[in-house]
Amino acid sequence: MTNSLNLFPLLPEIVIIGLALLLLVIDMTTRFSSVRTESSLMAGVTLAGIIVAAGLSVMGFASGKELVAGVVLVDDLSIYLNLVVLLAAGLSVLLAWRYVPVFTEQSSSFYALLLLATAGMMFLGKSVELITMFVSLEILSVSLYILTGFNRHQLASAEGALKYFLLGAFSSGFFLYGMALLYADTGSVKLADIAASGTGGFLILAGLALMLVGFAFKLAGVPFHMWAPDAYQGAPTPVTAFMSVATKAAVFVALFRVLAAMPSISPHVWQWAIAILATLTMTWGNLAALRQTSLKRMLAYSSIAHAGYMMVGLTAGAAGLNAVLYYLFAYAFMNIGAFAVASMLERPAPHAPQDADITAARGMFSRRPMLAVAMAIFMLSLAGVPPMVGFFGKLYVFSAAVQTGWTWLAIVAVLNSVAGAYYYLKVVVQMFMADESEAGNLRPSIPGSAATAIAIAAVGTLVMGLLASPVFVTLGQAVIALK
Amino acid sequence: MENLLSFPLLSLIIWLPTLGAILMLFFKSEKSIKVIALTTALLSFLVSLLLLVGWVNDGSMQFQEQFAWVPQLNITYHLGVDGISLFLVLLTTLLGPIVVLFSWNNIKDNLKSFLFLLLVQQTGMLGVFLSLDLVLFFVFWEFTLIPMYFLIGRWGGKNRVYAAVKFFLYTMAGSALMMIAILVLYWQHGSFDWMQLLQAPMDIRFQTWAFVAFALAFAIKIPLFPFHTWLPDAHVQAPTAGSVILAGVLLKMGAYGFLRFNLPLFPDATHLYTPLLATLAIIGILYGALVALVQKDVKSLVAYSSIAHLGFVMLGVASLTAQGLSGAVLQSVNHGLSTGALFLMIGMVYDRRHTRLLSEYGGLWKKVPVWSAFFIIVVLASVGLPGLNGFVGEFTILIGTFQANPWWAMFATIGVIFAAWYLLTAVRGMVQGPLDEEKNGNLTDLSTREIWVLAPLVILFFVIGLFPGFFFDKINPAVDALLKTMQAGSQLPF
Repeated sequence: MTNSLNLFPLLPEIVIIGLALLLLVIDMTTRFSSVRTESSLMAGVTLAGIIVAAGLSVMGFASGKELVAGVVLVDDLSIYLNLVVLLAAGLSVLLAWRYVPVFTEQSSSFYALLLLATAGMMFLGKSVELITMFVSLEILSVSLYILTGFNRHQLASAEGALKYFLLGAFSSGFFLYGMALLYADTGSVKLADIAASGTGGFLILAGLALMLVGFAFKLAGVPFHMWAPDAYQGAPTPVTAFMSVATKAAVFVALFRVLAAMPSISPHVWQWAIAILATLTMTWGNLAALRQTSLKRMLAYSSIAHAGYMMVGLTAGAAGLNAVLYYLFAYAFMNIGAFAVASMLERPAPHAPQDADITAARGMFSRRPMLAVAMAIFMLSLAGVPPMVGFFGKLYVFSAAVQTGWTWLAIVAVLNSVAGAYYYLKVVVQMFMADESEAGNLRPSIPGSAATAIAIAAVGTLVMGLLASPVFVTLGQAVIALK
Repeated sequence: MENLLSFPLLSLIIWLPTLGAILMLFFKSEKSIKVIALTTALLSFLVSLLLLVGWVNDGSMQFQEQFAWVPQLNITYHLGVDGISLFLVLLTTLLGPIVVLFSWNNIKDNLKSFLFLLLVQQTGMLGVFLSLDLVLFFVFWEFTLIPMYFLIGRWGGKNRVYAAVKFFLYTMAGSALMMIAILVLYWQHGSFDWMQLLQAPMDIRFQTWAFVAFALAFAIKIPLFPFHTWLPDAHVQAPTAGSVILAGVLLKMGAYGFLRFNLPLFPDATHLYTPLLATLAIIGILYGALVALVQKDVKSLVAYSSIAHLGFVMLGVASLTAQGLSGAVLQSVNHGLSTGALFLMIGMVYDRRHTRLLSEYGGLWKKVPVWSAFFIIVVLASVGLPGLNGFVGEFTILIGTFQANPWWAMFATIGVIFAAWYLLTAVRGMVQGPLDEEKNGNLTDLSTREIWVLAPLVILFFVIGLFPGFFFDKINPAVDALLKTMQAGSQLPF
């Protein structure tokens, strides 16, 4: 153990955590003239911090691996994850800018919690030791529990938070138990040691299985998804947008690191487990989404389905990681964009934005053509239609599955995307094709910050797929560096 | 020619409509929007004519362009054109300005978006015909769904939403397995490139299922019986310009897919499946014709006639003879021209009378002689009157089919008779008889613009009908090359 602890590679995380604490201090010490002013200032500072952290992360690219304190590994993979998480956080902050003051006066705690969740995710992707992994997971989870229930004026928000919290606590139990068994088998909590000394016996197998359950909870994989529709629907929409993307990203990276540390277990075992989980998740997510009338709840189930598509990539192991990371990047743009437009449709009741039905989008093209076109881009991208980025995400994920011989799984996935297209088209139908003489009760007024988020997401969704190559070069390096 | 070959002509043909569409977005006045759209469409037609200037009749892939797109997966932007795709490309670019000109005054809602979609649709379809990389092809193939979905769903008839969603999901479901087959091809043979895959020997078990995966996508597009149920809905509900593009070009993408991918890539499986394909094609010919006979709505009559006509095209493909294949290519173009013209003409009377029921018409000859004259010519071309284009295509297909299997030819010939029957029924219902509907008394004849819309198509009927050699000279070498590739790739005795 060296005495000098080099924290420099963790600068992005330090910025985020420092900023979170700073926001709380400002909250305690300063009085603002109005809730709006406070909220806007907090959002602005948060966004600036996120941009700085993203910039610092980019500077760390391709500088090799750095193991900090033996528990946190800064490599290209983790930096890439930083970017996905920070992108999601940045877009969500833009979305929250004018959304948060509507239902709460505690905007500083809102943004502080958002930053803490972000930091937890960034650390989760870097953890190469189980205790650190667990602590990161808890930091992000606890922050998200609170954020989900942040809208105190709405019962659904509290309900979602409670379900999320109870089931989340349960899943933490699974996770911890799994960790304990791994420790019992190998005598270490470091992934490197576990990889070196795993016996492949019952203990490690059971440990991995329990940890998989814990991960599946966080990813909202079926049958561990019960909390997700309620939490996603009840949470303030910017929070939903954030957690549906960023949590998945961080958990996938952590899951991959754990799986990579299991050479003593035949890959077939966990691959089959994930393949079955993926099949259930995709199919159930899509089937349930077909029946939804609430736009937000439909997107929640769609989010479950997309977790399933990503698991298809994970089944392929290292070959699929590349594709899953690309998919997450794609998903950040299209899914946050979709939630952003959904939040524009919510009824702006005082203190409590009300959930919007899919029919609320009726006639949107005539009233807000740009917004409707953006939403159509997101919907078609989520459905996986080229040239949108969602198609390329699917192409690469399914390609990895085919490459490693999981062709049947790829076929299940591709058929699922066709079924999924139906409910995405429902939204498009309402916006562009439905009879406009009735309804149209919502006349969304779009704040500039949210419009910026939607524009960034729409452009990203439209062009990222065509410019896949540069992203792939970076990804390729990230994955090679991992080996 | 040297400089012509190095110029990225195909890219220009593909992307010009999209550039025009984007340019159009910056203009507000209706007049300038229309002018930009029409100029773009005309320009891309003229540019595509340059293909004929640099053409070499050797059956090879010409005007190729290739550069890396996603090098990590070996995906390239690879374009090329041969005798099979040449006239489909020209058909597409020709129909472009025609549908723009047709929509000049009759789209009241959001003309700009309408024209934008028509133009990007062109890009999608041209990309399908010109791509030689399977991923690139698939991207264009799926993309063509988007503009057509919006065209039907927003500007279509009463039942437009149902028709649009059905069209979208049906086609997407069809191509789902093709995507997986493409990926399997890549991971087994290391390439998405069509030309490289031609060299790759594939075992027969693999061929039999890959053929099905591709064929499903194409059969739905054509549409081959029993995958045709989306077509009547989509064609009837679509706005006229959409129907023209749908029948004129989109259906051809299916036939083209068979010729470009199924036949040369999976030759052994092709031999295995051709009896099935031919049977389905013949059922389509007869079924489409019989259903067309009983239609009361003249637009659905034409829609069902498309099923019958495309059955002929598919029969030509399934014959696997030089004549049959060449005839299939030419008949695809013919059908695009004549059915396109039929939809346009029905659209013209519909805009005036807002009905398409045959019983609402009759005796139009007395009131709108120019329209009636055009209608009769178009119908005769579609029936296959010697001297007009339809005859050349159908006759060539029948010759080829007869060589392959006389029984197939016999049944198909019955279809020819049916075609005359239902199309002449349409003529009788529209043009002949007494002018007994009062409202028809106010009908106005074709405007100059409408004559301009129809004239190029009618002229081509005669050109193809009288000088088919010009077209076959370019198609035949490519078809011969295709048959040679199939022979070379086949592991079974041919």
